[in-house]
This record gives sequence, structure tokens and C-alpha cells, in this order.
Amino acid sequence: MDHAPRPDPAEIWGWLSEVPDPEIPVISLTDLGIIRGVEWQDDTLVVTVTPTYSGCPATSIINLDIERALRERGIDRLRLERRLSPPWTTDWLTESGREKLRAYGIAPPIDGTAADGRLAGRVSRLAGTSNLVIACPRCGSTKTEKVSQFGSTPCKASYRCTDCLEPFDYFKCI
Amino acid sequence: MPSLPDVMTPDVERLAAQAPRGAPTASHIDPHLAGPLVEFLMRTGDNALILGHRVSQWCGHSPALEEDIALANQALDLVGQCQLWLGLAGEVEGRGRSADHLAYRRDAAAFRNVLLVELPNGDFGQTLMRQFLFDAFHIELLRALTRSADPRVAEIAAKAQKEVAYHLERSADLVIRLGDGTDESRARMQAALTYLFPYTGEMMHDDAVDRALADAGIAPLPSSLRADWDRTVREVLAEATLTHPGQTYQHGIAGQGGGKRGVHTEHLGFILAEMQFLQRAYPDATW
Ligand SMILES: [Zn+2]
Repeated sequence: MDHAPRPDPAEIWGWLSEVPDPEIPVISLTDLGIIRGVEWQDDTLVVTVTPTYSGCPATSIINLDIERALRERGIDRLRLERRLSPPWTTDWLTESGREKLRAYGIAPPIDGTAADGRLAGRVSRLAGTSNLVIACPRCGSTKTEKVSQFGSTPCKASYRCTDCLEPFDYFKCI
Repeated sequence: MPSLPDVMTPDVERLAAQAPRGAPTASHIDPHLAGPLVEFLMRTGDNALILGHRVSQWCGHSPALEEDIALANQALDLVGQCQLWLGLAGEVEGRGRSADHLAYRRDAAAFRNVLLVELPNGDFGQTLMRQFLFDAFHIELLRALTRSADPRVAEIAAKAQKEVAYHLERSADLVIRLGDGTDESRARMQAALTYLFPYTGEMMHDDAVDRALADAGIAPLPSSLRADWDRTVREVLAEATLTHPGQTYQHGIAGQGGGKRGVHTEHLGFILAEMQFLQRAYPDATW
């Protein structure tokens, strides 16, 4: 049986960088940093994917989109594997992905500010405030306030700009 | 186009290489530990499932749109975590039961969640107080589990911990704002605390399952989490100007009772009737 030539993994990464995230279509799956590996095992292509959040409803759509994109390029022996560890972090969002988020109206994450759940000793500074300065993606003002820890999806928080008065999403650090 | 299954296989060999020496791997768990481990995974998964379901009941009913969305997203996190825990429970058990099977085909007596998470939502304040009391425990449990001798447990905990850190920040924030709020909100938060506090002891009560897993380094003794839980709870309640209930009777730890042993309140049956209806009426239905 003849085998089709195996495309180089670097080329396949390029194809995957054109697959949009189903929830935030301005960024791609590779911008999001959820593709953890692309490798040939004999004549089967193994793509390793990590979920953003445990319950992210886009996970199965993402898998379908990867499969469709690669089949369209002629790859018919394909396996997707899920890898949990190390857990996904917004640190893996690419620079270009962050710029695309901002242009789309979503403030990108500020690295190093993930919640750690250690409240003891700082509860007096907890309530009703945000310790982060998030610039409004619309007007650039830093006079913004947190509305809710959870926005339109688990990965985002709701903010409001007190200068231009527009609400916006902040892609929170995790 | 046939869709690929959502592959559940962790990279066990690589994880085992990172784990402390002597750690069990997927295929080499001490057979004496398999039973307790399945039990523990169901407890942890069922806590997430039942609380996730309870919280999802607010969808479309919350006092404000932002709160509605926040609760729905938190429910999503919890149900997602439950899929990981119950998926592993089914795998360790080795009887071919999937996470869905465990969630939808067990009856109340086979559920292992603590009583706290199955209690009615009550008003918004009671829902948030329950969430806070649980989150403050959940974060300590997950943090300890990231050091589990079983790499499969450790990797799920590392994933869930990041999400639960945000749950705790949010529930603590709202407990403080509603406690230290109006006379009405304060009274409701105090009433919720008085009602819920007697259900908190079960989370940190040790039994034989807990001791077997603690001896093997797979999970912490629940009682070892109490000091940190207590500190978080006391500080948040003080900031919220609420009165700590002190020593109270604790449900679910005396005699043969308690959700960890499958002896539940009447509320769980009603949750399951709603949650399991579809799979009970149309077994194996998919869409
Ligand atoms: Zn603005």
C-alpha cells in the first residue's frame, strides 16, 4: 500500500494556526496555546490538545475543527489526545493573540496575576475591589472597574470603563 | 464525518517520571488501594457534580445578569471537574463505567458527596454562603492533592485548583459585601451561616477510606485541612461582620450517617430525579 508523503509538523502547525477558536474567532487555536504537540507516530498524526477550563464547552467543537482542518489537507490517519498536565495557563497566549484580543475589544490577561485562593491575611482588601489595573480596550483609559469575576465565558471577567462608559471583557489570568 | 472520541488517556509514563518515587502508575496500583481510591474519587467527583448542578439551578433566576452568568460559569467548571474525577473513578474501578454512567445511572445511596452540597439553594445569600464554606475547603483539598503520589490525581487537582481559586475569591468577596451590607442582607447571611455551619464538619472528618489513602500518600487526611479552612472562614466572617457559630452539632459524622457513606438528606433524591431523567427514560440517548 502506498503512503502519501507525510507533511512536516512545522507545516501542520501552520495549518492549525489558521483554525479559529470557536468562542473568540479572532484568535486561533495556536494563539490560544492549547495545541501541545504535533507528531507523526508511524503513519498516524497525533495532535495533543489541552483544555482551557475543565468544563469548557468548546472542547469538543475544537476537536472537531482540528479534525476537519487536517482532513481537508489530506491527513486521514489522525488521533487527538488530551493532555491535562501541565495545566493550561494564559501565559501561553501568543503576543499576536493578545494584540488580536485587544483589537477585538477584549483586554488581554496580565501575566502573573492568577488567583491563588490564598485569602488569609488579605481579606480586608478583597471585597468589591480589583487589585488589577486593566486598560479599557476601547479608549485605553485605566479608569476601569470590575463588575464580576466571571464574564461571558469562564475565561473572562466583566469590567466597565468609567471614562468611555463601555463594558468590556477581561481575559483573566489563570 | 465521524467525530473522534474525546481521548481520556493521560500521559501516564511522563507523569509517573515526574512523580515521587514509588508512586503508582495506571496499571500498577496496589489492589488493596483501588477500592478506597475509587471511593475517594467518587466523593470528590460527586461533590463537584452535585454542587455544580445546584448552582446551575440559578441559571435564568439570579438577582442580576452578572451573577447569573457567574453562577452558570462556576457550575460549568464544577461539572467539568466532575467529569475528570468520575472518569478516573471509572478507569480505576475497571468495570467499564464512564463518567456519564456514574453520574446518570447511580441511585442516591451510591452517591458519595457531602450533605452540604446537596442542601437547597435557599436565597441568593444562602447559595453564596454554602459556596464559600465549600470553596474554602475545596481549595485546600486540591492544593494538597497536587502533591498526590498518584500522578493522575495530581494532574486533575492542578487543573481544578486554578479554577477553584477564582471560585473562592468570588464567594468570599460576596459573603463580605452581603454580610457587611444592609440590615436585610446581613440578617440573611447570618441565618444562612447558622443553617449551613452544622454541615461543614463532614468535609473534614476522617474515615477508613481517608486513612488508607493518606497512608499511601494519595490524598491528605481531611482533618489536616481544618486549620487552613478555619483560618480562611474566621477571617472572612470577621470582615463580613458575621458571628461565627462556634462549636455546633455537626451532621453526617456520628453513627452510620453522612453523605460520604451514601446516607443522604431527602434533597438528593429530588436532584437526581431532575438530573438523571433523560438517561433513565431513554437509556444511552446521545445527541
Ligand atoms: Zn474606555
